[in-house]
Amino acid sequence: MSSKTVNELNWMIGGAQGSGVDLSASSFARSCALAGLWVYGTREYYSNIKGLHSYFEIRTSGRQIRSKVEGVDLLATFDAETVVRHADAVNPDGGIIYDPAVSQTPIEKVDTLYKDEVRQIQARLAQEGLGSDVDAILEEAKGRGVKLFAIPYGALIQEIAKRLETSELTRLNRIVNVLAVSVSLSLLGLDRRYMEESVRQAFAASRKQKLVEMNLAGVDRAYEFAKEKFGEGGLPIRLAPIQNKPRMFVVGNQAVALGKMAGGCRLQTYYPITPASDESEFLEAHENFDLLGGESNDGKGSIVVVQTEDEIAAVTMAIGGALAGTRAATSTSGPGFSLMVEGMGWAGMNEVPVVVTLYQRGGPSTGMPTRTEQGDLKFVLNASHGEFPRMVLCSGDMEECFYDAFRAMNYAERYQLPVIHLVDKGLANSNMTILPPDPNLVDIERGKLILTSGGGAPKDGEYRRFAPAEDGISPRAVLGLKGYRFWNTGDEHDELGHINENSENRIRMMKKRMSKLETADREIPVTEKVGFYAAAGRPDVTLVSWGSSKGAILEGMELLEKRGIKAEFLQIRLASPFPAQAVRERLSEAKLVIDIEQNYSAQMAAVIAEKTQINIKHRVVKFNGRPISCNEIYDSVRQIVARPEANERVILTHGA
Amino acid sequence: MALKLADVRTDLHNDWCSGCGDFGIEASLQMALTEMNVDIHRVVIFSGIGCHGKIVHWTNAFGIHTLHGRTLPFAQGAKLANPGLEVIAISGDGDGYGIGAGHFVHSGRRNVDMTYIVHDNGVYGLTKGQASPTQKLGEQTKSLPQPNINSAVNPIMLALAAGYTFIARSYAFDNRHLKDTIKRAVAHRGLALVDVLQPCPTYNDIETKAFYSGEDRPDPSTHRPVPRVYDIEKTGYNPLITTDMTNEDVDKKTLEVIRISNEWGDRIPVGVFYQNENVPTYEDRIMRRVPFYLDQPPATQQIQLQNKKSAVDLSSLLKELTIGG
Repeated sequence: MSSKTVNELNWMIGGAQGSGVDLSASSFARSCALAGLWVYGTREYYSNIKGLHSYFEIRTSGRQIRSKVEGVDLLATFDAETVVRHADAVNPDGGIIYDPAVSQTPIEKVDTLYKDEVRQIQARLAQEGLGSDVDAILEEAKGRGVKLFAIPYGALIQEIAKRLETSELTRLNRIVNVLAVSVSLSLLGLDRRYMEESVRQAFAASRKQKLVEMNLAGVDRAYEFAKEKFGEGGLPIRLAPIQNKPRMFVVGNQAVALGKMAGGCRLQTYYPITPASDESEFLEAHENFDLLGGESNDGKGSIVVVQTEDEIAAVTMAIGGALAGTRAATSTSGPGFSLMVEGMGWAGMNEVPVVVTLYQRGGPSTGMPTRTEQGDLKFVLNASHGEFPRMVLCSGDMEECFYDAFRAMNYAERYQLPVIHLVDKGLANSNMTILPPDPNLVDIERGKLILTSGGGAPKDGEYRRFAPAEDGISPRAVLGLKGYRFWNTGDEHDELGHINENSENRIRMMKKRMSKLETADREIPVTEKVGFYAAAGRPDVTLVSWGSSKGAILEGMELLEKRGIKAEFLQIRLASPFPAQAVRERLSEAKLVIDIEQNYSAQMAAVIAEKTQINIKHRVVKFNGRPISCNEIYDSVRQIVARPEANERVILTHGA
Repeated sequence: MALKLADVRTDLHNDWCSGCGDFGIEASLQMALTEMNVDIHRVVIFSGIGCHGKIVHWTNAFGIHTLHGRTLPFAQGAKLANPGLEVIAISGDGDGYGIGAGHFVHSGRRNVDMTYIVHDNGVYGLTKGQASPTQKLGEQTKSLPQPNINSAVNPIMLALAAGYTFIARSYAFDNRHLKDTIKRAVAHRGLALVDVLQPCPTYNDIETKAFYSGEDRPDPSTHRPVPRVYDIEKTGYNPLITTDMTNEDVDKKTLEVIRISNEWGDRIPVGVFYQNENVPTYEDRIMRRVPFYLDQPPATQQIQLQNKKSAVDLSSLLKELTIGG
């Protein structure tokens, strides 16, 4: 090993859910971030509280990274299952940290593996002439060149207990996570002070000094042990601190919550659902927040967060709040949105600004609650009986989660309609270092809202909530405003809001409501509708996608360019009103177009065909619930570019 | 200027069937609004789907005709966004106790300070007379092909179990009692239920106006009908739960509510069954978390600065999530 890779690493840790795996992943990520590095992390878990397998991949780099990569450089484990499940993903020059105490565990004794998974692994090992336990798996990896690092966690914990003079072994056993992380960082040559700081920050909120002490003792012993046993930096990869600007370390749920808060949302309703609830809980934890230059109320603003009995109540309660003049939103996933549809129709009919953040997950039905998918696009575009205008925003990364959440609140009020903000589990639960977003990049725009009587209230009966307007948008008063009495009904209605089924009235009202989408299409700048990433030179291929595939595509393009394939990327950010003109302009001249989506049927390609009459023949789809990696983009695009006629549809399958 | 009845009525054509109990409820509601002399612009009336739902269109106040069964969550959303509103939610029995039963229960748990009136006639009138959740087991109203196969829900007991802090029943054609009950419900601090018995002259040929007023059972001496509906508070019943009551007293009262609410047939109780203002309202509970909630509720907060930028100072939150620097 003459030369070492510096600051390009994909690290993985796994273990039983509830055993602290998430804490170890975040302390690893935090250590890297504290050392100035950029981080991108994904979380895979089952719909389960305790016991089933979960794992995190943390990628870190000296440059900003935005997607998952294939291949693990260092796999940190402390149970049998993680070795069994993930050893084959470790790169040949990578390493595996394991507990020798579990190495004799027979594969079939890992009872959280599905039966057919056990049979598959046993068959593979038998074919290679290996045994049928964890050791065999390790041997298999070693055969490929993978380095093995045995960590006797039990013995180390005993030593630490002695050193701390404590008999609380049950509590101390939890620090197995910290040991695995610290050994990892030691092997990677990162100074221990980053991990120490990370531990302090992780337990800062709990104010339990003893917990901090225990964990710091763990860091100490693990670094010591790894140094004695494996020398300084036992891997061909090294992490070295770099100078960097302050960066935020966020998950998608938080980015959306912050965007809503800045965007003026003051009532959030929700019913618990994976993977959406974290957003509402974040808001509830920060119900009181600072205002700029506000002297009144101690300079505090607030948001009311209500947990409702179901998603029907969530959306209708938000609508009620919006009628009273507050910016209101709710947050859910596909199954919850299914219940919200009647509320969406009512809001459409009565022109009420309400925002629904929809975190897509594997469907249909309960589907795969903790896995990612982009399967709800056509559903949200069409969800309703009858027709009403709605806007649909699709965020591609953390920054867009923030700004789109903000803009969704604006669009809802400007165009007086329901707005759906589409994100997915891949964004919700991934964490990433980003430059802090700037709320001042977006203005608060409330459209034709009447909040006060101002120059005097109109006479009784003068105000017409649904008065005709050139742009389809009538001045909107709020409940309780003197002189602005109005009625709402889910029935077709007249300008005052009373039931009216007159034919001419119906035609006028339908046209008025639907025309708001044309107004929005006219007014919204193209940069908010599509993202465009040009190729360096004349493009060989045009990639089209939306949502969380963005990061993998951008990094995949870099990999492609190194192999001489120039790709450009058109990202659809507004799915309704659909930016037909911008999309048509980009695609009509393109040489080879590939649509990339995380669903079965390439839903956006169907929408593009409907709206632009351009039929994209080549599709890359993924629907196994695991996010796309940049390598998968690279491989699939290369495959199509090499033989377009033989590869119209490529299905991606990676991810454990 | 005092409100007149004409001020709280719209001039729209009312298309309820003649003789419908809805008229009695509408008149009582409008009389109550007039007599309370509220700022009518602060009053918002929500209704659901069914014959009752149109009441908002006949009433000259902010009127929100919502979805089937969803009156309560819509209404709570508006009230929580602006606690200064006087919110009155109205449902039918199918609407409120059937498709909206989940909301009925969970609204009780919240105890938002508002009023909930339910038009209770035992049938789904607007869909031509199917049995509603309050129709008794084995009854067969006019348009049922077979006797009702389901037991009836008891709204009073359900409300008690769910945590309503004001539980009353009235009768659509006893204007004075209904109007007074609505006034008391509005004045109550917390969620107030008024279940209103009402005939459906078209589809309920059992619980008719004649049935409620006892036309089939004249007093032997006066030959005048003896109404089945009687006011429990005129029999000396006191619905109030007070702070000086022991747990035992409260248990006794609770059992009394259950006992009386099960009466039906020859004696049908109306009146206030239960009132407890010692339970904090949802607004009180929010205040414990958001100290400025009533001064600056969601609907009246300034969300933007003069220059249209967000009024929120995110810096401390962003800092909390920031690493380095």
